[in-house]
Amino acid sequence: MAVPAPHPASAEPTAGFGFILKKAVISALVALVLFFLMIGIRTEAGSSGQLIYWTRFGELAAIVGAVFVGSIVIELLRRWIGPVGGVELPASVRGGFAVLGRLLAPALLIFALLVPVIFYKERYLLDLAILVMTYVMLGWGLNIVVGLAGLLDLGYVAFYAVGAYSYALLAQSGLPLPHLTDAFPYVAFSMEQLGPWAFWVLLPVSGLLAALWGVILGFPVLRLRGDYLAIVTLAFGEIIRLVILNWQDLTGGPNGISGIPRPTVFGIPLTPGEHGFAAMIGVPFSPTHRLVFLFYLILALALITNWVTIRLRRLPIGRAWEAMREDEVACRALGINITTTKLSAFAIGAMFGGFAGAFFATRQGFISPESFSFQESALVLAIVVLGGMGSQLGVALAAIAMIGGFELFRGLDQFRMLVFGGVMVLLMIWRPRGLIGHRAPTVFLQKRTEISASLVKEGHG
Amino acid sequence: MTNAAPILAIDGLTMRFGGILAINKLSFTAQRRQITALIGPNGAGKTTVFNCITGFYRPSGGTMTLVHDDGATFRLDRLHDFRICKYAKVARTFQNIRLFPGMTALENLMVAQHNTLMRASGFSLLGLLNAPSFRDAERDAIDFAREWLERIGLTDRADDAAGNLPYGDQRRLEIARAMCARPALLCLDEPAAGLNANESAALSDLLLSIRNDIGTSILLIEHDMSVVMEISDHIVVLDHGVKIADGAPRAVRDDPKVVAAYLGADEEDAAQVMEQTMEGGA
Repeated sequence: MAVPAPHPASAEPTAGFGFILKKAVISALVALVLFFLMIGIRTEAGSSGQLIYWTRFGELAAIVGAVFVGSIVIELLRRWIGPVGGVELPASVRGGFAVLGRLLAPALLIFALLVPVIFYKERYLLDLAILVMTYVMLGWGLNIVVGLAGLLDLGYVAFYAVGAYSYALLAQSGLPLPHLTDAFPYVAFSMEQLGPWAFWVLLPVSGLLAALWGVILGFPVLRLRGDYLAIVTLAFGEIIRLVILNWQDLTGGPNGISGIPRPTVFGIPLTPGEHGFAAMIGVPFSPTHRLVFLFYLILALALITNWVTIRLRRLPIGRAWEAMREDEVACRALGINITTTKLSAFAIGAMFGGFAGAFFATRQGFISPESFSFQESALVLAIVVLGGMGSQLGVALAAIAMIGGFELFRGLDQFRMLVFGGVMVLLMIWRPRGLIGHRAPTVFLQKRTEISASLVKEGHG
Repeated sequence: MTNAAPILAIDGLTMRFGGILAINKLSFTAQRRQITALIGPNGAGKTTVFNCITGFYRPSGGTMTLVHDDGATFRLDRLHDFRICKYAKVARTFQNIRLFPGMTALENLMVAQHNTLMRASGFSLLGLLNAPSFRDAERDAIDFAREWLERIGLTDRADDAAGNLPYGDQRRLEIARAMCARPALLCLDEPAAGLNANESAALSDLLLSIRNDIGTSILLIEHDMSVVMEISDHIVVLDHGVKIADGAPRAVRDDPKVVAAYLGADEEDAAQVMEQTMEGGA
């Protein structure tokens, strides 16, 4: 947990004061070196391109002074409060937290179901809720690969992209079966034949294609672990993005694909016309209907992801994933096929990424390679790590905190990233194994005991 | 159902790492329903033999033949990796315990029954639908695990993380986990290492009960001579990758070559030392 103070204050207060002063001076010196060029000297290009610079030693002095005083204040506070890690909560408080923890998941679920009712009038918040749910789903999908199987995947966005582009391209061309099966026209699906059902037919197809790409990525990285696996998956994510960017004939390159069919309520389009959903149920048309429907759609998709993950965890395949994360050699000695176990984790994780991608495409109506940069992979991975690897509730909380928090700090403009980074650092110091670090056993004889995070391995890839 | 053939016949096993000859034309047999011990000084190549048998290394030469009770025959030198455990039914433990520390004792035993459960779960499809056939199979697996937890005296700690168990319990749990894979041959790599006298005695009882009650053949690497002498039916001694003795415990113990290998002296000196110790003992 937290680093204990090097010298307990009670032991030698006078020597402690000298120590505080020394520490503050060192901090101030470091600040001086760091900020001398950044703040002390300001440079700009002049009108004819020449270098203009002037000094801002006043500001520099202020910053260094602030660091000096701040260092003393922090050290005094630390002595006053005592070592942070040593605080033990009383049993009653811990019991209260445990009850709250059990109620948290149902409460969140009920709240999620009510979001469109509560925020019906606030289009922005509905949009944000859809975005958060998309990341919850992506987090849950990646959690299978990273959290359960312990395979560090930095290229998860590739499957998101494969899902999105599969849906967009297939929705424009129809399933490409007609070319293969001229003799059997009844298996051909053109876009016209799919009509309003396009999304519902192509959603599973997109997921399966993403799963296929999960296996294709899985094969070359079977023997890689840890850092090496991370690098190759990172490269894989970039390769997919660059192929999409450069294969102009197929994907439209940087221009992206527009006019992607919007989803329908099982065949009934959400349009103003007389065949639209609004006319069907006899209410005046409103564009919010589509948002509400999209929200429930992604909520359902995310909950399916969650349900499948929870069930799989209790099946032999899920136990094999976790065992593989704990000790791959022992798995092999017990007759577990590491190849299929790894590939199944990649494929199933990728499949949910593909579903989320198809949803993304239908929600936006337009996709371009910009949406599938490395930053997305990093964000989803950060959600999984922050949530606590393997914990479904933790991932959901982290997605809400990360995406919601990101929006919350929008008012801070350029300092948004700084604040955000600071919060992340603090969280990782406070909870190094994520918000929910402990692991719940999949099967029990007498009682379900939670396993502390320190015992659970993170996997070596 | 008894089969006269030895459970494991190793013939001319050779393992080379680059220029180093770790095992040189080793041949021995392990009899059915017996405990065969593989002993030798440090670096003799015992664990290398184990790694060849259990598929972690692919031997440079020689054959290893395993015959099940029903006569099914497996060439271990041609099988590899997880297939040795899955098809040939050889399970092993490790010199430095390799449990799944973040999983409970019960979960550890469930993972060992992976292949049975995987088939029952219809490769997860039936399991996802919670089919009754899978639920039955899972209940059977839990019962089997419970049986083993009782046998090693860990029923009360079934739901504790394996990494939280005391060292001796971890050793026994690892043996139980290997037994949950329902092996024909159980390979134990120094199961008594780090155990105190009481725990060693309990371990001996456990291994004898595995041989007598369940009828599993055991191949054992061990440094603790009290355990080896007490429970082995047959001992094979290795030194520098070569077999130097092979026989019943008493005969092997009195073999000057064996003593020489252990003491690092030549045979004549060893013979003298032995005479002296015998006189001293008497």
